[in-house]
Amino acid sequence: MIVKPASLLFGAVVLLMSYRAAGQNEDLLKGVVDTTPKKEKVYNAFKSSRVIMSQSMEMLQPGVLDFRVLHRFGNVNSGAGEFFGLDHASIRLGLDYGLSNALSIGVGRSSYKKEIDGFIKYRPVQQSTGPGATPFSLLGVVGTTIQTGLYSATAPHQFTSRLAYYGQLILGRKFTERLTLQLSPTLLHRNYVETQADPNDLFATGFGGRIKLSKRVSLNVDYYAVFNQNSARNVHNPLSIGFDIETGGHVFQLHFTNAIGMNERVFLTETTNDWGRGDIQFGFNISRAFQLKKRKG
Amino acid sequence: MMFRKKFVLFFGFVLFVTVAGAQDRYFTKTGKINFTSKAPMEDIEGKNKTVTAVLDTKSGALQFSVQMKSFEFEKALMQQHFNENYVESDKYPDAVFKGVIANNAAVNYAKEGTYTVNVKGKLTLHNVTKDVDVPGTIKVNGGKIEASSAFNVLLSDFRISIPSAVKEKVSNSIRITVETKLDPLKG
Repeated sequence: MIVKPASLLFGAVVLLMSYRAAGQNEDLLKGVVDTTPKKEKVYNAFKSSRVIMSQSMEMLQPGVLDFRVLHRFGNVNSGAGEFFGLDHASIRLGLDYGLSNALSIGVGRSSYKKEIDGFIKYRPVQQSTGPGATPFSLLGVVGTTIQTGLYSATAPHQFTSRLAYYGQLILGRKFTERLTLQLSPTLLHRNYVETQADPNDLFATGFGGRIKLSKRVSLNVDYYAVFNQNSARNVHNPLSIGFDIETGGHVFQLHFTNAIGMNERVFLTETTNDWGRGDIQFGFNISRAFQLKKRKG
Repeated sequence: MMFRKKFVLFFGFVLFVTVAGAQDRYFTKTGKINFTSKAPMEDIEGKNKTVTAVLDTKSGALQFSVQMKSFEFEKALMQQHFNENYVESDKYPDAVFKGVIANNAAVNYAKEGTYTVNVKGKLTLHNVTKDVDVPGTIKVNGGKIEASSAFNVLLSDFRISIPSAVKEKVSNSIRITVETKLDPLKG
């Protein structure tokens, strides 16, 4: 085959032109951008640090103060005369603070039994993605409750009889951007119980979860199965169902619940209302986050 | 033989262009991109110091890759909302710009000095690609090239919506500033 010099020149020009064109469209970033997968921590499993009544697998960020206002109205089925429960209200005011990405503390005071509670929440294992990922988060919570009202007629007049303690493990996983589920085995110890039939140590397991309905709204469910409740007391397992609505600096948790209590001792041992009979209350939690410590950057 | 000679010459030339092309490239992995939203009730600033950028001085091609999760904010909640609600960085982890310096011929990369340039290209953010045409500056200084720019984008152009509840806190118009110091790319 004989190739004429002229056609060779033409071919060279075409080739050169195509090379130049490729130079403008080619991916310059290829080989420069680091594309190796990295281990990344999973955040935003819940909109706030509580599912509804329980601690969630989500932590506060370091330097964040979370002012929490919790509100439960009376029974919805109490009739129009009580304005469907809205005439009655029980509150808990609380402050939580994020000491680090893995450690938070908090205190609160409830109007019911004038009870103060405090807790420490620690996350030794945080869910992550990428190489060497951990598929779940594991947290531990310990807390104390102190009743500060007048002594009841039966209780011994000792300070220790006002105290209860709880410890909880939270095993949770953000399965998808929308779905998060968690399990929380819980032990509650009461220093004083009214009768022999009431156990001092109460065992329970919490089930919590959320499904995001949109970027800023999620449907949450929070339930505890209590295993050794004194059956004579007619106490029910607490169940709350509601919505998280996030509006910038606030998270509103609007829900229905049969639990009057807003700390672990009360909702595990004094939930006398029954979903089955319609003894439920409307409630809301408002979480307002303040950044107290400036972040780096 | 005539044919052989030309053939060799031609491939030698292509080889030369290819090698020369590689030497014309400058890059950084620590470029800075900041953005500011100024709204009546709140100013929000996000800072990213790990931007990758590559410039081909021969063609004027300029490309950026920005990892969205690397933006840092003054408040933790801002960062959380930025990633979860606005740019959805789990779904769309990177923003990419691919463009070209339109007046690349006006820049003498061999001579120290500051040159005003015009950069045209496509910005992909939140899975939306838009044509952008922005002013910029190229500064040639001691073997390095500094490329900088400042321009505005509209969040609505990139299908990022602002809920009415925070209209007073988040602006639709975002000011973006780019500052990069580029080193020669070896290889």
